[in-house]
Amino acid sequence: MSEAVTTNGSKAARSQKPSKVAGVADWADSRLGLAGAMKKNIRKVFPDHWSFMLGEIALWSFVVLLLTGVFLTLWFKPSMGETTYSGSYEPLNGIEVSEAYASSLHISFDVRAGLLMRQMHHWAAMLFIAAMLVHMMRVYFTGAFRKPRELNWVIGVLLLVLGTLEGFTGYSLPDDLLSGTGIRAANGFVAAIPVVGTYVNFFLFGGEFPGDSIIPRLYTIHVLLIPGLLLALIAAHMLLLVYHKHTQWPGPGRTNDNVVGFPMLPVYAAKAGGFFFIVFGVTALMGAFLSINPIWRYGPYNPAEVTAGSQPDWYMGWPDGALRIMPGWESHFWGVTLSWNVFIPIILLPTLAIGILMALPFVESWITGDKRDHHLLQRPRDAPTRTGVMVALMTFYGLFWIAGGNDIIAITFGLSINAITHFLRVAVFVGPVIAFIITKRWCISLQRQDNEKLLHGYETGIIMRDASGGYSERHQPLPVDEAYAISARERDQIFQIESSTDENGVEAPGSRAEKVRARLSQAWYGTNVQKPTAAELEEAHHHAEEHDHESDSELAGIASERHEVDPPVRKELPPSD
Amino acid sequence: MTDLENRPDSGVVRHEPEEPIADPGLPPHELRPTDVDEKAERRAERQVAGMFLLSAVFTVLFCVSYFVFAIGDDPTMVLGLGASNVALGFCLGMALLLIGVGAIQWARKLMGDEEIVEMRHPARSSDEDREEAVASLTEGVEQSGIGRRPLIRNTLLLSTGLLGVPAIIALRDLGPLPGDKLYHTVWRKWMRVVQDVTGTPIKPEDLQVGQLVNAQPDVFYRPFNPKDSDGDDLTAAQAEARGEEPLEVPEGVELQQEKAKAATIVVRMEPSDITPSKGREDWGIDGILAYSKICTHVGCPISLWEQQTHHLLCPCHQSTFDLADNGKVIFGPANRALPQLPLMVDPDGYLVAQSDYTEPVGPSFWERG
Ligand code: HEM
Ligand code: FES
Repeated sequence: MSEAVTTNGSKAARSQKPSKVAGVADWADSRLGLAGAMKKNIRKVFPDHWSFMLGEIALWSFVVLLLTGVFLTLWFKPSMGETTYSGSYEPLNGIEVSEAYASSLHISFDVRAGLLMRQMHHWAAMLFIAAMLVHMMRVYFTGAFRKPRELNWVIGVLLLVLGTLEGFTGYSLPDDLLSGTGIRAANGFVAAIPVVGTYVNFFLFGGEFPGDSIIPRLYTIHVLLIPGLLLALIAAHMLLLVYHKHTQWPGPGRTNDNVVGFPMLPVYAAKAGGFFFIVFGVTALMGAFLSINPIWRYGPYNPAEVTAGSQPDWYMGWPDGALRIMPGWESHFWGVTLSWNVFIPIILLPTLAIGILMALPFVESWITGDKRDHHLLQRPRDAPTRTGVMVALMTFYGLFWIAGGNDIIAITFGLSINAITHFLRVAVFVGPVIAFIITKRWCISLQRQDNEKLLHGYETGIIMRDASGGYSERHQPLPVDEAYAISARERDQIFQIESSTDENGVEAPGSRAEKVRARLSQAWYGTNVQKPTAAELEEAHHHAEEHDHESDSELAGIASERHEVDPPVRKELPPSD
Repeated sequence: MTDLENRPDSGVVRHEPEEPIADPGLPPHELRPTDVDEKAERRAERQVAGMFLLSAVFTVLFCVSYFVFAIGDDPTMVLGLGASNVALGFCLGMALLLIGVGAIQWARKLMGDEEIVEMRHPARSSDEDREEAVASLTEGVEQSGIGRRPLIRNTLLLSTGLLGVPAIIALRDLGPLPGDKLYHTVWRKWMRVVQDVTGTPIKPEDLQVGQLVNAQPDVFYRPFNPKDSDGDDLTAAQAEARGEEPLEVPEGVELQQEKAKAATIVVRMEPSDITPSKGREDWGIDGILAYSKICTHVGCPISLWEQQTHHLLCPCHQSTFDLADNGKVIFGPANRALPQLPLMVDPDGYLVAQSDYTEPVGPSFWERG
């Protein structure tokens, strides 16, 4: 560190007399004995990257949901009992509505900051779920779900599912025309569950739809059950994060054995804490300026009415789309009815999707046979098959989501809704396959470009004329840090069966599965481009030397540093705990 | 097996042969302007403090707005939102944002920015720990004797397993059994088909060709008196003699439940356009037909009527029903035709039902058959 540093040193100034902090710390530690755990964690290292913020957005918007949600509970009445609305919103005065709807109107028009809190709550809900989705994609694309973090991936999927349910239950509470229509549809979904559906419906609704129980029950689920589960799972998610330590991008000095970044206190605490206020502030601004769910315009729920263009919140859009483009199949046999047209898109498909998401890490590690600990992130291009899988899933999701707005698309673009539906029925199967193929190829070509850069440097755009009169473009070698970051990835190792038969020529048990595995592993990795070996690099540089003397010195730079760096820098640093 | 495993003794294995480029190590720390230039440092300090101060100002403004702006007066004044909402939200948002931005600025410009390195440890415990844990576990299990006393183990399994049953049984009173509720609506013979909302009875001549009316059973507006076989009201004595009672107007939950099943649409089409299926020839009056308004898909009330094509479209998932052809599905995810309500005219010339719906209305369910 330079002498010029004035006040910004990373070491705290030591005062001579015992400080207040020490006093408090002594008091607390004498009772809680936390110093042991604290000493490790107060300066715990967190690596920095913009994409690590996505999970943080989800976390902070959850906190905003807790705060605004508690505010709403102070006035909200979860009752379907009838009452006559009388309040500041003139157009509905004197109308018979449910207590839930009347109290939501009361919050919106007669509680100061009530509408703000309602809108913030709803915007934060959207942000929460969107952030979780994008965060999950980041984790998958970068391979951050690999061992030892598989369980945290599973927890993450559960959080996404619970968050979605929480959103749906919340959306149903105000008992306006849209939310009632949502509950009505949910009643129809449950009815499609084979054997028990009708009974589940009667128990859930306390009798026939709509009854007077569903909103109070959803309320308990919304403010107690699911938030409790979410809280517990988020806590587990964070604990595991701290225990595993955050992944990091490979780079000079950043290896699989260390973690490089800023300490929890003060830098990370200030950044993350500051970020909480930013998320909170942004939701407040959204609540201030952007209207959301204006329930007074929809009117109270009435089972005989519906608004045109009924649309759920965006995160329910994809199952809704599946519901829309599903052919109207229904079977009648042995005196019972099986509604495939509802059961498949709304019960089976989401269950399957959740199962697939949860299984992704385990399937990958089974196929690749890779059971090592991974703390370095991979660039999406360095795992072409995995990247292709996620893009295929995204395409699947996106097409269903589009289907969820098929009426809007038909009207906006003047298309026939039949044509859109028929197109999408095919597209949801074909689209993901095409997306997979394109993505995988694209990744591989990016890998190839990386190798080009490593071997021949980057193109400068300068055309050189050599002694024999030929022309060539001059290439500059990459700076060593950049070159190292590109090359710091593992070589893929295709899973191979050692021997499927023993000495006697008898097939070893389970070797069928192993063969499948070897084949899948080949498909998974087979076409990937591997980084050059040291010899290849040497050869290429040698070649370049002959070709272009100018770049000599730079190349020697890389070559010599390779030999000079010993011992590696990370070994110089003592372990910090 | 050729699974790639961590070797427990050597931590994580990732030293591959022939790394093309060796790790050049962490780049040297670079000083920021605020580290070397006292002026820049003080400027940054002022910036951060300024943001915190401004945040405090916005918090005060929030409190002021709370008392200054009345709400509910004009809820669409600014951008379709009330002035109170916008002022409160803006002040709160700025107060929070400024704290956030200030804190991050502080961290970036003034806090120590040297990255530090921490070593990782494998998630797994050491072999000794594992052995000790397994040993303790074995010892504990051994001392409990659970392995040696299958009688105790099995009875314990039985008793704790059985506790799941009360947990389920206790939920029984969540709701009544379905019974035959889904098979019936409040419609019955001679019940008038009246306009929704107003409750006005409908005469065939009130309807023009192409017109669609949202209808409800008359009993939602006035009690339904028992009728004789010609559709005339029975006197109280006659009704009693037959053991029939007037049907009261349902209220509250019951009304909602009945409405959710009985909602009906009445349309008038050219009689020549209609192709009634067998047995339904006399279910209409001069081209007037009545269908359930509840979509057979998942139960949205259907609303969009195209008079030219006689198509009725559900706004929820676009199932389309042809009302000239017995309510058949011609597009969309619904499977079953809309149930039809057989119509006739009572002695006063009003539209009435011939009977209840002849099949369950609304979404399909397992027992429906
Ligand atoms: C992950 C967490 C949560 C999500 C995704 C979520 C989502 C929602 C949504 C979308 C609404 C409809 C808002 C509207 O009226 O426009 C809502 C309403 C509501 N939420 Fe939440 N919520 C969450 C957590 C909570 C918590 C923790 C509480 C309370 C402890 C709460 C209490 C309420 C109340 C009382 C309402 C009804 C307010 C009204 O209709 O005016 N929520 N929620
Ligand atoms: S509820 Fe009518 S189409 Fe789905």
